[in-house]
Amino acid sequence: MTRLLSLFLVLFCVVSITFFLMRLSPGGPFDAERKLPPAIEHQLLLKYRLDGPLWQQYTDYLKDLLHGDLRLSTKYRNRSVVEILAQTLPVTFSLGACALLMALGFGIWIGAFVAARPHSFADHLALHFALLAVSLPAFVLGPLLILFFSIWLHWLPVGGWGSFSQLLLPSITLSLPFAAVIARLLRDQLREILQDDFIRTARAKGLSQQSIIYHHALRVAILPVVSYTGPLAANLLTGSVVVETIFHIPGAGGFLVNSILNRDGFLLGGIVIVYCTLLIFCNFFVDVAYRYLDPRITSR
Amino acid sequence: MVLVVMLFLLGMMALLLIGPYFFQKGYAEPTSMPFASPSWQHWCGTDLNGRDLFYRMLTGGTISLLVGFAGALITLFIGTSYGMIAGYLGGWCDAGMTRFIDILYSIPRLIFILIFINAFNERLQQTANHLGWSWLVGSSRILILIVSLGLIEWLTMARLVRGQTLSLKERSFVAAAQILGERPVTILWRHIFPNLLGVLMVTLTLSIPAVIIDEAFLSFLGLGVQAPMASLGSLLAEGAAAINPLRGAWWILLFPAFLLLLLLITLNYLGNELREFHLKK
Repeated sequence: MTRLLSLFLVLFCVVSITFFLMRLSPGGPFDAERKLPPAIEHQLLLKYRLDGPLWQQYTDYLKDLLHGDLRLSTKYRNRSVVEILAQTLPVTFSLGACALLMALGFGIWIGAFVAARPHSFADHLALHFALLAVSLPAFVLGPLLILFFSIWLHWLPVGGWGSFSQLLLPSITLSLPFAAVIARLLRDQLREILQDDFIRTARAKGLSQQSIIYHHALRVAILPVVSYTGPLAANLLTGSVVVETIFHIPGAGGFLVNSILNRDGFLLGGIVIVYCTLLIFCNFFVDVAYRYLDPRITSR
Repeated sequence: MVLVVMLFLLGMMALLLIGPYFFQKGYAEPTSMPFASPSWQHWCGTDLNGRDLFYRMLTGGTISLLVGFAGALITLFIGTSYGMIAGYLGGWCDAGMTRFIDILYSIPRLIFILIFINAFNERLQQTANHLGWSWLVGSSRILILIVSLGLIEWLTMARLVRGQTLSLKERSFVAAAQILGERPVTILWRHIFPNLLGVLMVTLTLSIPAVIIDEAFLSFLGLGVQAPMASLGSLLAEGAAAINPLRGAWWILLFPAFLLLLLLITLNYLGNELREFHLKK
């Protein structure tokens, strides 16, 4: 219950900050185009309920939000924010989900593989590779991958959306640095836990190395990775903005950047609200999962 | 190995800072040779306006470095104060402050910075014009970038400092200082802060590349450093726009990407080595 309350509190802060940041910047949403006659501009402001004192605009907006109305976009006239979100969010979420699975999958797999073979060639290789991957943010990796695989080798399409081959490069771009972080995190944690007493007990029972790592050690070592999943989701969502721009994917990220440039406050507000709600719920599930995996938490 | 990397980084920084002065004035100007491939005259080719790419990479890299260092210093200031206060006060206060960090971790902070920069840049420029500070008008964007990136990257620093302070304040020298009746501010500054220096060095080294990445992210989207100024992020954006199946102007992408990668790898490597060294001690 306190969770739900804090969700609303955070959302309220997020909405207020976005609203006031947008409204406090000089210039209105209709400034960018050619100068409108004052009468028409007044009518537009009336239509979008941006007339009247700032405080009243704010309370009106909050009221509409509580009724589930995200209002109309001021740039894409006659299209409501809900409509735009309904078209673009599924794209962004499938890309994000794909990248999340790849980051977790590769990260855990490589981390566990390497931790079982300390000081081996694979261990050193993975360490150097992790350093490289962390230093390869999406806006460096994405264009480079396009250059190599699409333009020089002609293996994959340069961008767009709809087929599996078009999903491959963006997901790799988005997930690679985070897979490296997870692998590193898990490796360090596993190495520490493999020194513990209960692992010695398991070894004494004659369990195989495989079974020790995957059934006993991993269950404890996965905890930092689980709590990293919350920030990871936030990072992936931020990263998807730039990945969607690079690969020309029709997701919400492009609209987010444009809505800032166009001063399209309601569209921006809508996207930010959805993103933050999603992330808060994501963190909630991470907490639940953490409690489930680590029974010590509840007893504390 | 560490020494070699450190010398390499210093050399790279010297090249970025001093390099531009070895060029004649004309190198920054557009010429009639757009998209010229690398040659003896233009080491890294020219961009879409015919400007020398090597020169632009040097000046852009300087801007990236400047933002990285200055932003990291701001994170140092905020993170250290926040972490020390939370750790030293403890209890209810500490729980609230830690929870605040957790919330900030889980929201897309960079997106708010996008909004923040665009909301305040024009306002700052208006104020600067009004006050007659012409130096601020040209560089207002960079100033806002530095401050706002410092405002979002301090979380890791604060978390580590808090953890260290929690264990340090149980030590006997802190108890002795408390018994002598020293004020909490004095205890934090005189007794706890000097013991944090190791952790701070490590985190500072790792937050420079983090700030550089954030700045490049914003500039890549066209919302950071604005033309005619360049940073590695905006150069990368030009590079990404220049590669297409019809005209593969690969040099506009590859060289800035390589420079940014080199910078980030060396900084991250040094940070990691420092951390290992610190943990072993």
